[in-house]
Amino acid sequence: MIELLRERKYLQFLLLIVVFLLMCMFIPATDGSWLWRLPPLFKQLPIAINNGVDYLMFDWWLVDVYDPDIEEYEKKPVMRQITRSISGFVLFLIELVREIMLGGVKTIVTFTGWDWATENQWARLPGLPWTVVAGGAMILGYRLSGIGLALFTGFAFGYIAVFGQWEPSMQTLSFVLIAAPIAILLGLMLGVWAFRSKTVETVMNPLLNIAQIVPHFSYLIPVMVFFGIGDHAGAIATIIFATPPMVRLTILGLKKVSPEVTEAGKMSGCTEWQLLRTVLIPTARRDILLGVNQVIMQCLAMVVIASLIGAKGLGNDLLIALNRLRIGLALEIGVCIVLIAIVLDRLSLAWANKQTDYFADQSFKERYKYSIWFSIVVAVGIAVAWVGSLFFKEGFNYLNIIPHNKGITTEPFWQAGVDWLWDTFFYTLKGFNEWFIVDVLIPVKNAYLGMPVIATFTLAMGIGYIVGGIRSALIVGMYLLFIALTEWWDRALITAYLMSMAVLISGFIGIVLGTLCAQHPTSTRILLTWCDTFQTFPSFIYLIPVMMLFGVTDTSVLIAIVVYATIPAARYTVVGLRSVPESLHDAGSMAGVNRVQRFLSIELPLSFPHIALGINQTVVFALSMVIIGALIGTDDLGQLILGSLSDRQGVGNGLVLGFCVAFIGLAIDQILRTWANQRKAALGLE
Amino acid sequence: MSATESNSAEPVIRCDGVYKIFGDNAKKMMQESNGMVDAAKFQEAGCIVGVNNASFEVYPGELLIIMGLSGSGKSTLLRCISRLTKATAGKIYIEGEDILSMNNKQLIQLRRSKMGMVFQSFALLPHKTVLENIAFPLQVKGVSTKESIKRASDMIELVSLSGRENYFPRELSGGQQQRVGIARSLAIEPDIWFLDEPFSALDPLIRKEMQDEFLRLQGVLSKTILFVTHDFDEALRLADRIAIMKDGIIEQLDTPANIVLNPATEYVRKFTEEVPREKVLKIESVMDAVDPSAAVAEQQVSKDAIIETVAEMILNSDKPVAVIDDAGKVVGAVHASKVINVLFGGRTEQAS
Ligand SMILES: Nc1ncnc2c1ncn2[C@@H]1O[C@H](COP(=O)(O)OP(=O)(O)OP(=O)(O)O)[C@@H](O)[C@H]1O
Ligand SMILES: [Mg+2]
Repeated sequence: MIELLRERKYLQFLLLIVVFLLMCMFIPATDGSWLWRLPPLFKQLPIAINNGVDYLMFDWWLVDVYDPDIEEYEKKPVMRQITRSISGFVLFLIELVREIMLGGVKTIVTFTGWDWATENQWARLPGLPWTVVAGGAMILGYRLSGIGLALFTGFAFGYIAVFGQWEPSMQTLSFVLIAAPIAILLGLMLGVWAFRSKTVETVMNPLLNIAQIVPHFSYLIPVMVFFGIGDHAGAIATIIFATPPMVRLTILGLKKVSPEVTEAGKMSGCTEWQLLRTVLIPTARRDILLGVNQVIMQCLAMVVIASLIGAKGLGNDLLIALNRLRIGLALEIGVCIVLIAIVLDRLSLAWANKQTDYFADQSFKERYKYSIWFSIVVAVGIAVAWVGSLFFKEGFNYLNIIPHNKGITTEPFWQAGVDWLWDTFFYTLKGFNEWFIVDVLIPVKNAYLGMPVIATFTLAMGIGYIVGGIRSALIVGMYLLFIALTEWWDRALITAYLMSMAVLISGFIGIVLGTLCAQHPTSTRILLTWCDTFQTFPSFIYLIPVMMLFGVTDTSVLIAIVVYATIPAARYTVVGLRSVPESLHDAGSMAGVNRVQRFLSIELPLSFPHIALGINQTVVFALSMVIIGALIGTDDLGQLILGSLSDRQGVGNGLVLGFCVAFIGLAIDQILRTWANQRKAALGLE
Repeated sequence: MSATESNSAEPVIRCDGVYKIFGDNAKKMMQESNGMVDAAKFQEAGCIVGVNNASFEVYPGELLIIMGLSGSGKSTLLRCISRLTKATAGKIYIEGEDILSMNNKQLIQLRRSKMGMVFQSFALLPHKTVLENIAFPLQVKGVSTKESIKRASDMIELVSLSGRENYFPRELSGGQQQRVGIARSLAIEPDIWFLDEPFSALDPLIRKEMQDEFLRLQGVLSKTILFVTHDFDEALRLADRIAIMKDGIIEQLDTPANIVLNPATEYVRKFTEEVPREKVLKIESVMDAVDPSAAVAEQQVSKDAIIETVAEMILNSDKPVAVIDDAGKVVGAVHASKVINVLFGGRTEQAS
């Protein structure tokens, strides 16, 4: 009997489930019983964190700092000085780019002071007319890649200008143009560091995991406390969020460089630095560029969230539009965000792939062709804008900038569409919605809440043990223990319930969709493009119609999460299936299996590790969306995080709650990853 | 050229009791063993013996081939000498300088001025064009762009790749890629040339072509060369001397003919068993003493000629063929029957 149990994994699972169910049935829901709920021993933790942060910011290590306003030295805490100077620096960069695009005085004020700037009204950056920016971007696109990219860039900037989104778009662009390069450089540096030192890598790995799973909202709060509110705070939060994938992909890419290539570099007489710069990083380019792509996507995905802590631009306008229920306007803004993302992505890609021609003996004109063209564009654009200022007397110079309410808009069309949806589907959907909530969601939710804590631990640690042995069981147990000892165990159960429902649905849709699309290269490409689009398209936008149709219910939340969380499931399934070697297809065909058999017996098992990692990412995506659920209205951890966002003392709560969410993700990550690695090893893929 | 002839010159490479042992406690194990390294014992302790007590010298202009089965430590030996890995024990001298005591800076200087290396998998930089790949060692060294490009263009000519300057490695065939690898390794005009199975990844036809190319280059450049291969034909075509390795130990290091005719160990004998004699033996070894009374053919052969290359001529002549030395003096005569014996006779008989 014991022998049999040791060999057959499914029997172990069966036994585990029986034990779990028995526990659920026989342990009474009595307050104060440790079997039912653990006592909230960590209740004081948020307060301790608050005190710690306060101490760090206001009392730790005071130094004398000269204050020019009162012309005296003053004692100030070091931490505050550091964060101040970082904020000042980032803000200066953002303002600089912004004022080149839109005009302003802040850059000049930085060097001279407000008094001087007020006295000398002429001293301000004039800002470029939109025609110049668009033309310049097109020349850049042409120079880096060719006519195709030039046209696309022109289209994107044209759209932005014509739809009256110029000003917010340039604000967002200036913000991204600073945040993205910093994130890329930082990620590259950290990645290289981890690549060169095993110790650094082992320390960095869990940090990266946490940074990726903690919902963005949780670190908005500490960022706010340390750096204040404004564009710089938004940029810093964005950098924290966008750097981890860059680090990951840098390490991955560097590890894949063949040792012979490294040796060839060494034998060529490279110094360490030359080896890194001219051999390792360029050879690892594919993965590093994927990292750059991810950074840009993440930066634009953060645009809306960053606006919550004061970043100006499209994100802010989008939130306002949504507040006023102007779906059409929100949609147009959303398209601007996606367009900026794609343009930046393509330009950076083209730049990295650019090569030089050593033989062309270029004349002066040839060599400075692009600079000459750019000068012409600047001159013509400014001239046209000046002519425009004579022509459009009423204050709006369409050739300089098209104000937000004077552009073309398709809003009525979308509004009509939403109205039509409402009229046509509301009643049908209402029936479905009621059924779904009453007969599916509420019972599941109650089941989750009805679990005694000891049963939850048994189940989770048991699965950990069966899959990965005692080590996995302990790791999973530690994560859960942290959550159980806070006062938010019930909330965490609700989060877990929402997440598991979403993962079930997303996983199913994603795998089916991925499988279907993987059958053909064209459909594969289309699916991957959709994945990119939905990853950057602000999810807030489709929240509104969903909420109109399904009301403030868990169904709406689920739909919002599912749309987003399906992306990785589909992406990894497609990639996994496509990476099954052709030779195995042929081997299968030769063995006389039909298509379905081949899929079930060859492709699916072989791509299983990939798919498992996709599900893993689905969990991560779903968890990062619980906060969106909070905006609609749930009673889970997300709601509390949202609450602490507007609370001065919210740091402790926000962080602890964020860790709770992250630990749910990390526990599942531990199990799925171990399992996927075992499968990989078993299939000889590693 | 034979080893004895060159002994007068200073060796370019000298290895003295070189060991390379992989594993965490290699150094400690090494000290405890007192120079008696037993691979099996080390393996038990979690160490892998890569090179085991290698001592030899390579002289200017000599081409030493290192042979052995997969995992016998050929690459490791090469990498020790180029100091891509640091030998665990022993001394390695390049032109009299101890490279194990060099610091990073000196090492880089050495590589920039004296060493070139060709890799089995080509190891080209995928993001650089043919031209840029070849110019790379020069640019690393700080040579101006213009000059390095000019020099790289010359190298491209040398390896007959003109017209493909702006191709990327992925757009070239294997043979072409290896030509780039060769050109790159020669760009700085090194004195010492390391080649680690440079042609094994190529198909037989291209391999033959590349070997010819290699011989041609060596004829022009005459560098000191360490060449790793596990193809005996290749070794015979190219080698001045051959070193045969097994489990990190150099079993024998000698001229091709000696290796075939006088194998030092049972392993070497087995290893060379299948090698056709005519490809190794020189006319010298089958000629008879000069017999003034006997008539000889008009043709003459050099005493250093490999039998295979002159067999047809000898067999076609009805009289014995005169054998001459470098100075043109007749030193013997070779009979067709002897050649036939080498070509078709029993192997064991000749080995004696
Ligand atoms: N970095 C390393 N770490 C541990 N062991 C190594 C390392 N490099 C080589 N070895 C071991 O050293 C031994 C010799 O390897 P080496 O690469 O020199 O063989 P080789 O003769 O070049 O073989 P091949 O013909 O396959 O290239 C092998 O047993 C190998 O497993
Ligand atoms: Mg090797």
